[in-house]
Amino acid sequence: MLRLKNVTRHFAGRPAVRDFTQEINAASTTVLLGPSGCGKSTILRLIIGLLEADSGEIYFQDSLISQANVADLRPRIGYVIQDGGLFPHLSAKSNVSLMARHLNWDTDRINARLEGLSRLVHLPLDLLDRFPSELSGGQRQRVSLMRALMLDPDLLLLDEPLAALDPMIRYELQQDLKGIFKEMHKTVVLVTHDIAEAAYLGDDILLMRAGRLVQRGSMQALLEAPAEPFVEQFIRAQRDPAKAIAKAPAKGMGESL
Amino acid sequence: MGFLFYSAPHAQDRPQDEALVVGAKKFTESVILGEMAVQLIRRSGVAAKYQRELGGTRLLWKALLTGEIDLYPEYSGTLIHEIFAGLPIADLAQLDVVLANAGVHMTQQLGFNNTYILGMRKTHAADLGINKISDLIAHPELRLGFSNEFMQRGDGWPGLRGRYRLPHKNVRGLDHDLAYRGLASGALDVIDLYSTDAEIDYYRLRPLEDDLGHFPAYYAVYLYRAELAAHHPDIVAKLKQLEGRIDNAAMRGMNARVKIERQPEAAVAAAFLQEALALDAQIKPDTTFTRFIRNSREHLALVLLSLSAAILVAIPLGILSAKRQGAGRLILAITGVLQTIPSLALFVFMIPLLGIGAPPAIAALFLYSLLPIVRNTYSGLHDIPAAIRESAIAIGLPAGARLLKVELPLATRSILAGIKTSAVINVGTATLGALIGAGGYGQPILTGIRLDDMGLILEGAIPAAVLALLVQGMFDLIERFILPRSLRYC
Repeated sequence: MLRLKNVTRHFAGRPAVRDFTQEINAASTTVLLGPSGCGKSTILRLIIGLLEADSGEIYFQDSLISQANVADLRPRIGYVIQDGGLFPHLSAKSNVSLMARHLNWDTDRINARLEGLSRLVHLPLDLLDRFPSELSGGQRQRVSLMRALMLDPDLLLLDEPLAALDPMIRYELQQDLKGIFKEMHKTVVLVTHDIAEAAYLGDDILLMRAGRLVQRGSMQALLEAPAEPFVEQFIRAQRDPAKAIAKAPAKGMGESL
Repeated sequence: MGFLFYSAPHAQDRPQDEALVVGAKKFTESVILGEMAVQLIRRSGVAAKYQRELGGTRLLWKALLTGEIDLYPEYSGTLIHEIFAGLPIADLAQLDVVLANAGVHMTQQLGFNNTYILGMRKTHAADLGINKISDLIAHPELRLGFSNEFMQRGDGWPGLRGRYRLPHKNVRGLDHDLAYRGLASGALDVIDLYSTDAEIDYYRLRPLEDDLGHFPAYYAVYLYRAELAAHHPDIVAKLKQLEGRIDNAAMRGMNARVKIERQPEAAVAAAFLQEALALDAQIKPDTTFTRFIRNSREHLALVLLSLSAAILVAIPLGILSAKRQGAGRLILAITGVLQTIPSLALFVFMIPLLGIGAPPAIAALFLYSLLPIVRNTYSGLHDIPAAIRESAIAIGLPAGARLLKVELPLATRSILAGIKTSAVINVGTATLGALIGAGGYGQPILTGIRLDDMGLILEGAIPAAVLALLVQGMFDLIERFILPRSLRYC
């Protein structure tokens, strides 16, 4: 489905992705997990062609991605970023249907697709007439997801799609995403630094550090057989709310969140 | 003598049945003389267009050579000492020959000599028995006050003192208008003046005769193109009827009626033609309203043409600047430099390329309007957040569609703001167009400055200001109409 071979990319002389070789499985959710700056977002940007690799090759459905063909491949790849990247001058509906209109889909086809997607992402159709600035953060991400799915792509790339949302909304959207992934049966690559989110959504987790893969497997495997101390360190670097209260009884609730 | 070979290719072959164009300089006497020519042409049943108050001798002379104007009033001294400076021209006959080589003819002089003279209060001169400059030698106690230019010029005070051996020690340089007042109040006894100044009669002054012939003669003549003589001999014959007919007192009187009594130039010229040539000229008095309509039409044409051309050119340049860094730096630098050229200079630079009238004014205004639109288009595109620009790429839109559907709509506010800035600058700067014959609201401003008439100045300044506000309001409306509500107040 998606194959990266010896991919390397530098930023201002510093390597962001180093000699990265991995294959992404079709029809499953792969999570790129790791601390900030580990190169996980860069990999998504290399796949969608917003960046070019210094060296190495990326194959999508057995075709080598290059600057020459990436424009043709993009309609088959959906891409969602942290704050949605919605076009502020267009209504949610126009945001979602922009590319379809560019491809001259007829109105009936567009409307049918919009209805189907609004059901899939749990966003009431009437909200689609609003502008992005008139929607909540969670609603915006649902619109952004609709836009990414509009052309029914084979691959969905999600770059920290929930990172900017508050915990309640994030919790709800994580649940919805899980359902959507299951229903769609698509190849999904999700970038996150949230371990719980990776565990909840990911079939296959690639834990990265400093541009390299540290360990690949299920969360279970990472927990039970960490390949190196960093794996355990990273996974345990998350506070359990119950323990946080026990350790710091004098401080307020806000502190532990 | 480069200007003798000067030619603007477009103007040469004006069809004969088109209106004849009369030019005039921007001072009252020239405007009156030009007006007389206009009325004579119209009485011959030929249409005439009047380009009055053009900004300078060179401009008129070149316009005459290129055929953009057919005739204008000039002075022999200006021709000999300025236009043909360096050529040995001893008299008007020799001047005739030099002019003919340039394809220009000249009437005999009209009868007055508008040169420097000295003047005193009439009563004072009579008391002392002074009639001519030589008479001053016997009165070294007199206080002399001269305009600063007169104090500097070789043929001014330094030359005059040498020629007449004037003994006066009490000589001051001061502003010309102040000199008149100083003389009237008795603080000064002798000042320099132009021999046809309207003020001579107003302040009851006695011009002193230049009995040694020190000052060069500035006889008024009409200059006209050789073609005019060939195609319209009747009109040339009419012009020649004015030869020797306007003496210093008559010209002074006409200047005074315009400058001091505030009569329209057309009426003053018509009255003279009737009196001197028994021609009852039928002049249509120019009402404030018709003048306003004409000025508005001319001004709007200048603004609309130059601004729409600037919009059509500047937006693509702004897009190019945002897309190609190298080209962008160059484009912004060039349009920036254009903006730093003083506007009057830019107007004058256009004259060798486009002649006089509306075309050079439109070209100058066009160049002047580019920068704000280019810069705002550039920054509007440049300031689109990376996330949005990249989203447009990632969803698969090709470059052209990205520009049209995403980038330009997001830059619209900034582009419109640039257009608004340009429009306001354009409306104001267009008032300078009158100096090169483009008309517009600058015309009453120029006339108002010439006649020191605040009402006329406001007749141009107020509509220009209102037009600037209207244009701005129009673009505010356009903005409301084309911007989606989500972009309006961000």
